Amino acid sequence: MRVYFDYNATTPLSGESADAVMRATRDIFGNASSIHHFGQQAKAVMDDARSAVATLVHAEASEIVFTSGGTESDNFAIRGAAEALESTGRRHLIASAIEHEAVLNTLRALARRGWRTTMLPVDQSGIISPDRLREVIDADTALVSVMHANNEIGTIQPVAALAAIAHEHGALMHTDAVQSAGKIPIDVRTLGVDLLSLSAHKFNGPKGAGVLWIKRGTKMQPTVTGGKHERNRRAGTENIPAIAGLGAAATLAARKMTAEAARVSALRDRLEAGVLRDVSGTVVNGARDPRVPNTTNISFERVEAESLLIALDLDGIAVSTGSACSSGTLEPSHVLKAMGLPSHRTQNSLRFSLGMFSTEAEVDRVLEALPRLVDKIRGLSRKTALA
Amino acid sequence: MAYSDKVIDHYENPRNVGSMPKDDVNVGTGLVGAPECGDVMKLQVKVNPLTGIIDDAKFKTFGCGSAIASSSLATEWLKGKTVDEALAIKNTDIVAELSLPPVKIHCSVLAEDAIKAAIGDYKKKQAAEGKTAEKVAQPTA
Repeated sequence: MRVYFDYNATTPLSGESADAVMRATRDIFGNASSIHHFGQQAKAVMDDARSAVATLVHAEASEIVFTSGGTESDNFAIRGAAEALESTGRRHLIASAIEHEAVLNTLRALARRGWRTTMLPVDQSGIISPDRLREVIDADTALVSVMHANNEIGTIQPVAALAAIAHEHGALMHTDAVQSAGKIPIDVRTLGVDLLSLSAHKFNGPKGAGVLWIKRGTKMQPTVTGGKHERNRRAGTENIPAIAGLGAAATLAARKMTAEAARVSALRDRLEAGVLRDVSGTVVNGARDPRVPNTTNISFERVEAESLLIALDLDGIAVSTGSACSSGTLEPSHVLKAMGLPSHRTQNSLRFSLGMFSTEAEVDRVLEALPRLVDKIRGLSRKTALA
Repeated sequence: MAYSDKVIDHYENPRNVGSMPKDDVNVGTGLVGAPECGDVMKLQVKVNPLTGIIDDAKFKTFGCGSAIASSSLATEWLKGKTVDEALAIKNTDIVAELSLPPVKIHCSVLAEDAIKAAIGDYKKKQAAEGKTAEKVAQPTA
């Protein structure tokens, strides 16, 4: 049995989504901008998907802009808002220190071009305090970007409270909901944001399909310029198969969300409790509540995370250290670092993220392997000096 | 990042894991790395006083698969070598043997440092031992 507990990196396609991608690939080839029959077929597929995503996040279909994925959506949200507001003199951008690189590096790129940027600090809970935002926001702030759920530890941020503060100061609010969309209920109006990013492949849809939800009336400068696609907001012939898959994934997620959240969180809790019970020197990183139902991040004392990751992989179990984008680098997790964890705990943490196809047998298989592999690795190093 | 078959082999079946008595004059101990950097390597050699050849080598490593493989390989290579031959082992030899990717070259550097530290410790002990032996020898001379 091979176990995949790395759903926050990406998820397997659901059957429904795979079928939708296949059908659109095989049967629909028209350009959705064409007026003739073939074009209108493609447009119909896209309209259905747009409605499905709108339903998932309680938005209007006309507010949904299809993109190539979460990274493009984050880029569009930040660059598009910053550039649209540039003439107003608002040249200050705020994001949390635990954002995904798609947000952090976009802010850095704008900082090099003269925008002022501020990172909101976070404590060991991994939750951004609205008070921190109050301290740094000012009349020049154009945009505040705080993720809905963190990809590494799963904590859910108080986005509605942060959005209220942003609006008090006339700033826009963006949330990267890539790790929460499809897992927990999202209502864009309740969240109170102006911009929201999501990505299909994080909830059993295909890669290469994402959405930026843009609240009606929000002025945005397109970052991909060209034709009049997506109501002049994002140019380029639409990727109909991927969008069809995104639509099917959104429909499935909306239908099964309540049951799946309960099922997956029970599995996650069983895994977490089992690890804490069966492996000495383990601790969960970040607040356990509020957290998305599928994620746990655990530090293993006296274990180097990558070593354990490889041992698990050789044993047929796939997990991750930090975010997949940064594996291959030697940098410890910027999220755990921002939370103020000591260096050894940023080097010895593993993320387990479950999902649609996870089973209790898989959890028990991991709980069987972990104590054995941790013992083996601890046997390779000296007992002292390493906490 | 893909690990080479040789790294995985050393990782799954590490050679010469363990410790030797630090106080033994024929044992040299090298401890390198820093916990905050992620890797700590302890490497020991035991030199046969009659032949000057490294009879035994042991390691304990806290680190990733490449760090463990680098130290395991180093202990394999050290056995049967003279002290001077051991000092000729270069990190680039380890990189080549294990096909380490660029981001893991520091693991091989750590292994070379550990060898040098262990041999250095052995030589220091031998020098001190020599002096003690002379002092002990003097009265009878």
